[in-house]
Amino acid sequence: MPAIEILGLEKTYHVGFWRKQAKRALHPLQLTVAEGEIFGFLGPNGAGKTTTIKMLMGLVFPSGGTARVLGGSISDPAVRAQVGFLPEQPYFYDYLTARELLEYYGQLSGIPGQERRQKVKAMLERVGLGEAGNVQLRKFSKGMLQRVGIAQAILHDPKIVIFDEPMSGLDPMGRREVRDLIEQLKQEGKTVFFSTHILSDAEALCDRVAILHQGQLRGVGAVAELTANVQGKIELIWSGTTAPAALKAISAELHVSGDTVRAVLAEDRQESALDILKQSGLRLISLTPVRSSLEDYFVSQVGPDKISAGAGS
Amino acid sequence: MKASGKVTIVAGLLLLGSLAGSVVLLRKIDRMRSHASLEEVLYISSPKALKRLSLGYDGLLADIYWTRAVQYFGATHSQGSEHYELLAPLLEITTTLDPHLLVAYEYGANFMAAKRPNGAGQPEEAAKLVERGIESNPHEWRLYYNLGFIYYMELKDYPKAAAAFSQGSQVSNAHPFLKVLAAQMAQHAGDAEMARMLWTTTYESTQDHMIRANALAHLRALRVDQDITAMEERIEMYQKRTGKLPESFADLIQSGLLPGVPLDPLGHAYKLMDDGRVEVRTPDDLPFIEKGKPLGYVPPKVPKFLPSD
Amino acid sequence: MNRRVLHIARNTFREAVRDRVLYNLIAFALLMSGAAILVGQISIDIERLVVINLGLTAVSLFGVVIAIFIGIGLVSKEIDRRTLYTILTRPVRRWEFITGKFFGLAGTLLVNTLCMAVGVFAALLYVSHRFQRADGWVLVALYFIVLQFLIITALALLFSAFSTPLMSAVFAFALFVVGCFSEDLRGFAAMAHGAEKWLATAAAYVIPNFSALNVITSVAHGQPVSGQLVLYNTIYALIYVLMALSGAVLIFERRNLK
Repeated sequence: MPAIEILGLEKTYHVGFWRKQAKRALHPLQLTVAEGEIFGFLGPNGAGKTTTIKMLMGLVFPSGGTARVLGGSISDPAVRAQVGFLPEQPYFYDYLTARELLEYYGQLSGIPGQERRQKVKAMLERVGLGEAGNVQLRKFSKGMLQRVGIAQAILHDPKIVIFDEPMSGLDPMGRREVRDLIEQLKQEGKTVFFSTHILSDAEALCDRVAILHQGQLRGVGAVAELTANVQGKIELIWSGTTAPAALKAISAELHVSGDTVRAVLAEDRQESALDILKQSGLRLISLTPVRSSLEDYFVSQVGPDKISAGAGS
Repeated sequence: MKASGKVTIVAGLLLLGSLAGSVVLLRKIDRMRSHASLEEVLYISSPKALKRLSLGYDGLLADIYWTRAVQYFGATHSQGSEHYELLAPLLEITTTLDPHLLVAYEYGANFMAAKRPNGAGQPEEAAKLVERGIESNPHEWRLYYNLGFIYYMELKDYPKAAAAFSQGSQVSNAHPFLKVLAAQMAQHAGDAEMARMLWTTTYESTQDHMIRANALAHLRALRVDQDITAMEERIEMYQKRTGKLPESFADLIQSGLLPGVPLDPLGHAYKLMDDGRVEVRTPDDLPFIEKGKPLGYVPPKVPKFLPSD
Repeated sequence: MNRRVLHIARNTFREAVRDRVLYNLIAFALLMSGAAILVGQISIDIERLVVINLGLTAVSLFGVVIAIFIGIGLVSKEIDRRTLYTILTRPVRRWEFITGKFFGLAGTLLVNTLCMAVGVFAALLYVSHRFQRADGWVLVALYFIVLQFLIITALALLFSAFSTPLMSAVFAFALFVVGCFSEDLRGFAAMAHGAEKWLATAAAYVIPNFSALNVITSVAHGQPVSGQLVLYNTIYALIYVLMALSGAVLIFERRNLK
């Protein structure tokens, strides 16, 4: 049984004063997340990632389609008890201390008293807030709040963890910690589904990723599978201060630095590039294939125009 | 994924059920408290203080108290109660809050002054109310008319009534009838004709449907009395001429004393009794009549002048 | 009762206390003691009257303002700040959230009113040196005031389930003011004609009936309150709360939490 099945979920918002104008936030989406995998949900800001996650969590009602979580419906409290959720830029009751907040969430998740106190204590230690447990959240920094957010999402030992932009707004150390934590969750056998617009995080962590752009799915699969189909590139370096016009025309990038020139071009242009160099009498210093990254794939799908372009909320 | 159907049904049923329940209870509470909320006016010792407390919203508050007064009178009247203790304080508060609410003075003249059971039977207080109204609105001829009306109808103080009418007739835009009323007062005080003129003026000059209905009932009663007086004269003439009472109106018509069977103001034919008296057919619908009531007639507790609702 | 409803109610109460809502009691205490001392200078007859009138009116107004502003904040603040996301994605049903919020605020208001009631009675004791039989009716008036708070809280929740905080506050306050004249409104409706009459009557019956719940003036004059009115008012208030909460649940159940 897959952990999450998204079966044609779609969402159209009606905007404007009279709600006449329809705005498509998500086109019908098909996606399956297997149990025990780390699944990255990628896309530029406004691609529809958060809308999808909110529909998945039952916060927003879809215009069409359905989703199944652990084979059931998210409207079933028993299913929700098996899911942990971290919203984007979480904000918590700032009049509570971290311990009180986790206690409260533990109560709502139905964890019995003695077990709850132990879990809260252990969880505070785990996310590095052991010292700050009795401090009101209004005194917390953004990074500390993110830790609280993660703590509340995994407090009740859920089978599935859904994180919406867990790394955003964190410093490099914080991002590293979150990455380690996601790895740990996988070790514990949990399914992790998280959205991000930071590709390196996804590339380093995910078993599989899906790419969403302007409310449409642009690709889904393992990182290696996706990048395999991207056309490879080569890097040429020769000595000289200029590039022949013919070479300029086929290069994607061209840099002159001191007495060497560096050009990046598509793999299938390699032969013609070498011919041009030979004819021009220029001396080749090196030729190296460039490994294609998730970013290359992403750009090939989303377009290089801009990673933050697009519509939606 | 969707809103829970079960919750929707339960909440929907609860909503409808509680809506119905609240209406039922409201009706119970209202019936119980028919005057409870009004009785608070008895505690308002100073309407002026209330005006200050209204924070400048005295116009709105006056309207509310005015509605309460009308409601109170209507409800008390239709219940057949003769007690209108709250009418005077309600009208006083109303006119203190808004001294230009003319209809409130008019109400006082018609219903506070009138004898029980048709009114509160407080003509002196009513006259004071209207006099205060004149102080605040010296250019409203209606108020002088109302004052004269109270003096004439209830207090039978004809000189004062004449004075009020003639003062009113000097206000610009005054109804020309005021001059006539003032002039005729000396000569015709106490006449049925005088009363008819007054009720007609009330009827024509008011906007309030209750006052209008009351005036109309009085006008009808005056006509019935007039009709019957005239018919009794003819019957007497017939008796003198023939030595016996007419058996029906047909006898009177044949002898040329009546042009036809007379109808009362509601369109019903009068009844000629064996003893030569004339009766109306629906005395309950003609309150305030002096003549034409059946022998031993007990009028309903409340004069039925209100438009039936 | 449902345990999650209880937890949410308790947290709501804790929020109100930590957000220093109960500080209004200080203002109230100052008002009451000032009034008691000042009125003591006047005459014996009127001082009880003034203390009861002023005390109960202040209890009512303070409570109404708290009920509206916190009641409104309850749901819309949670949506605005997205704190709701981490609640509703747990095994908490939306109706449980609404109900819990209601009980939490009702509890806050109850505690607040209890403290104020102590203040009113203390001031009464100060001016008349002993309690009288008629003071019992002041308790009934206070009870009616609490019933009013319950209705307003439920209405505030209803409005905040679909409207912005500011609009919700305006709606709730307007309904409170209009509700104070609801008996007059039914009077207006009775005097209207035709289609207007139907509309006015419908409106007059939906608007909460605060007229019958306000017995401050008659209680200040030592007038008794009939047991039947206490019974009917209690049932009415509970039914009205149920109605408003059902409406709030119906709306909230469908709301997209953007």
